[in-house]
Amino acid sequence: MLNLRTIERKHGYNFAFLDENTKREVRRKTLKAVAIPGHQVPFASPELPIARGWGTGGLQVTMAIIGPDDVLKVIDQGCDGGVNAVNIRKLLVKTTGVRTTFATGEATIVQTRHRIPEEKLRADQILVLQVPIPEPLRFVEASMAKTREMHAEMDYSRMWVFLYENIVKWGEITIGARYPSLVNGRYLIDPSPIPRWDVPKLHMADTLFLFGAGREKRIYAVPPHTSVEPLQFDDVPFRVEDFAGRACLRCGATGTFLNEIFDGRGGKLYVCSDSYNCDAVKAKREGTTDGGGQ
Amino acid sequence: MNDLLTVHGLCKNFLLHRQHDAKLLTGCSDVSFSLKPGEFMGIAGPSGAGKSTIIKCIYRTYLPSEGEIFYRTKDGREVDLAAAPERDIISLRRSEMSYVSQFLKVIPRVPAVDILAEQLVARGWRPDGARERAREYLQMMNIDPSLWDTSPVTFSGGEQQRVNLARALITQPRLLLLDEPTASLDAETKKIVVQALLYLKKQGSTMIGVFHDSDVMRRLVDRVFTMTGGRCRSITRMQEVV
Amino acid sequence: MAAANDAFVLRVNRLTKRFGAGCPSCYALTGPAGETNICPRCGSIVACHDVSFDLEEGEILGIVGESGSGKSTLVRCLYFDEEVTDGEAFLAAYGGGRVNLFAATAQKKRHVRNHLMGMVYQNPLLGIKPHFTAGGNVAEKLLTADIYNYAGIRTRAAALLTRTEIPRGRMDDFPAYFSGGMQQRVQIAKALANNPPLLFLDEITIGLDLSVQARVLDLVKEIQRELGIAMLAVSHDLGVIRMLADRTAVMKNGRIVELGLTDQILEDPQHRYTQLLVQSML
Repeated sequence: MLNLRTIERKHGYNFAFLDENTKREVRRKTLKAVAIPGHQVPFASPELPIARGWGTGGLQVTMAIIGPDDVLKVIDQGCDGGVNAVNIRKLLVKTTGVRTTFATGEATIVQTRHRIPEEKLRADQILVLQVPIPEPLRFVEASMAKTREMHAEMDYSRMWVFLYENIVKWGEITIGARYPSLVNGRYLIDPSPIPRWDVPKLHMADTLFLFGAGREKRIYAVPPHTSVEPLQFDDVPFRVEDFAGRACLRCGATGTFLNEIFDGRGGKLYVCSDSYNCDAVKAKREGTTDGGGQ
Repeated sequence: MNDLLTVHGLCKNFLLHRQHDAKLLTGCSDVSFSLKPGEFMGIAGPSGAGKSTIIKCIYRTYLPSEGEIFYRTKDGREVDLAAAPERDIISLRRSEMSYVSQFLKVIPRVPAVDILAEQLVARGWRPDGARERAREYLQMMNIDPSLWDTSPVTFSGGEQQRVNLARALITQPRLLLLDEPTASLDAETKKIVVQALLYLKKQGSTMIGVFHDSDVMRRLVDRVFTMTGGRCRSITRMQEVV
Repeated sequence: MAAANDAFVLRVNRLTKRFGAGCPSCYALTGPAGETNICPRCGSIVACHDVSFDLEEGEILGIVGESGSGKSTLVRCLYFDEEVTDGEAFLAAYGGGRVNLFAATAQKKRHVRNHLMGMVYQNPLLGIKPHFTAGGNVAEKLLTADIYNYAGIRTRAAALLTRTEIPRGRMDDFPAYFSGGMQQRVQIAKALANNPPLLFLDEITIGLDLSVQARVLDLVKEIQRELGIAMLAVSHDLGVIRMLADRTAVMKNGRIVELGLTDQILEDPQHRYTQLLVQSML
C-alpha cells in the first residue's frame, strides 16, 4: 500500500497536483482505454484549479502519466503561446518542476488542444488531447444509454446517414473538425476538434494518443500502430483541407495546416497553425539555429 | 383407374358455435362420384341442396368432415384434397385448379387487363406476354376494349362475371370448378360464356359446374349429378335428363 | 410439393412470450378456454404461448386476432424487438435453417435483422426517423447492411421510393412533413431496401384513409409477386387479410386457435372464436 505521508511535497503540492490515489485511478482507466482502442472509459474526474471544459481531461491524463524526467510541451490550436496552453503549462511546471520545451522533437509528453503537431511524432512520445465532447454519436443520438448500446453493437448507421445527408445537402461532407473515425475497425471515436488535416496522423502512428474529457469524465486512446479510418463512402473519399497554392505568410512553408486571417481590408492571409514548426522553418530559412525552446 | 377426380363418401357438416350451445348443420353427406379427364359434370338440385358445398369442398374452401377427394395431378400423383396440407392445395390452385364464383372479387383500382395478366405472371410469364394474352381473353369474352384499362369494379354485372370467368380460363386449368357462373346473365352474355367453356373443354379441361339454368347445362355437360337435401339422387347422362 | 415443409423461409417452434415472473400454472390457466391471457394466480401476462408455424418462400401468412391476442408481440419477438421467454425460430437463410435465432448473441440478431429481415410497423414513425430525409431512411437500412457506395445508395433509394410511389422530388424531404400514407410507403421502401427474404407487416393499414389503404395493400401485393418475399402480415382486419394472405392463423389470448387457407378460415371457420370474428365482419 502506498504511504501518502512519505511522498515528497515540493511546492506545497503533491507531485503533479493530484494525490497518488487519484493518479492511480486515472492510470488504471488509461490502461483500460489503451487495451480497448477507441472505447470510452469513464473515470472520476475530480475538481482541479482550472474549470471543467478548459482542458481538465487532458490535464488529468498528463498529471497521471508525467514523471520528474519528462519534458513537457503544451499547445493550444498548435500554438505554444495560447492562453490555455500557457496556463496549463504554468500549473504543471509549478506542481512538477519538469522541464518544458516548444520543440516538438524534444518533448516526451505533448498536451494539446485541437491540433496534432506537424512534425512526425515518435514512439517515445505521448500526445495527450483535450476533448470537449468524447461521444461521436452525440449529434445523431441524444441519449447516452442509447449511444452506449450503439457502440456495443457497433451500430453506426445513423452516423453514416448523417454523412449521407451531408452529401445530399452540400455535395460533400462538411464536417471540419471532430471527424468521426473508426479505431481498429471497431469503435467510432470523436478525435477531438482536430482539423481533418490531422486525422490521418492518428492512423498507424508510432505514438500513443490519449484523449481526456474532464467535463464528460471519459478517457479513450489510440495506441501505436492502430488503424484509424475516417468514415467515408466508397465513392466519396475522405479529404483533408486543401491549401493548394497557399503558403505561410511568415515562414513560407507549404504543406502545413494554415490559419486563415482577415487583413481588415477584405483580403485573407495565411499563417501556420503550428507555431513551433513555423519558427523552425523560418529559422532554417534565415540560417539561425534557434528553433524556439524556453 | 385413370379418373382425374374421385370423390368418395364426402360429408360436410357445419358446427356453429353459439352463446351456450352449438348447432350442427349438414351441407352434404355421402357424396361419391368420379370424373374422367375432359369430362364436364353438372350438379343440379334445388337451392340449399348442397351443390356449392361439394364444389367448395373440392377447392378446400370448406374443410370436408368425412370422406376422400382423390385428385390426379399433372405429374401423375394422387392427392387427397380433403386431407392434403394447405401448401399443397395452394400450389395446386396456382398450377392446375381454378374456382369461379358468382361474384368477382378483386383488389379495387387494378385494371381488368392486369387482373388477367396477373394470373399468368404468377405462373412465370413475362409481363408483356401476359398482357398480350390477357387482351386476347378479354376480346374473346367480348369485353369492350375501352374498358380494358379500367377496374372491373366499375363494370356491369355481366361484364364483371365475364372477367371473372376469363380470369379462370386464361390459366387453362386442368380442373375448373364453376359455382353458377351464368347466374343473372342475359341471353347474349350466356352464349359467350358457354362458348368460352366449350372452348376450354376442347382443350381438355375437366369441369364441375353448378347451374340453375338447365338450358346452359344441356349445352355444356356430359353428366348430371342431381342432389336433394345434401344427398345424391341420381347421376345420369345428360341426354337422359333432357 | 410433397416435402413442402422443407422449403420454409421461417420456422417458428413453440414460441412463448410471458411478461412477468410467471408461476407453474400460468399456461394452464390462460388461453382461449379461460378467455384471458393474465394468469389469475400470479398476474403474469402470457402474450404468446406455444405458437408454431412455417412460412414458405413467397408466401404471405396472415395473422388475425383482436387487440391483445398477442399477434403484434409475436412479430416483435420475431424481429427481436422483444426477448422471447421460450421457443425457437429458424431462418432458412441463416445457418442453413438449423440454428435457433433466439439463442444467438445480440450482435448476431442485429445482423440477421439488418440483412435478412424487413419490418413495417403500424406506426410509420417506429420504422422511419422523421428527421432523416426519405432517402436517408432508405439509406440507413442499406448502410446497416454494409453498403457504403454513395452513388449506389442514392440510386437504390430513388428506385425504391419510386417503386413505393414517393415522387422523386420528395426524396430529400423529411417524412415529418409527409402524410400518413406517404410515411407508410417510405417505411415499406426502407423495409425492402436490403432485399430481405422475409418481411413483417404489423397492422400496416391502420389509421390510413380507405383509398390510401387500398394503395398500400396493392403495393404490398405487387411487391410480393415481383420479389417473391415471404411475409407475415398481422392485422385485426379480415378484409386486409383476405386481400393479402394465402394462409391465415387466428390468434386468441396468445394462442393460435386455427390455421388454414384464408378462404377456408373466412367461409368455413372451425373454432368458436373464428366464427365469432367472421360473423362480426362488416
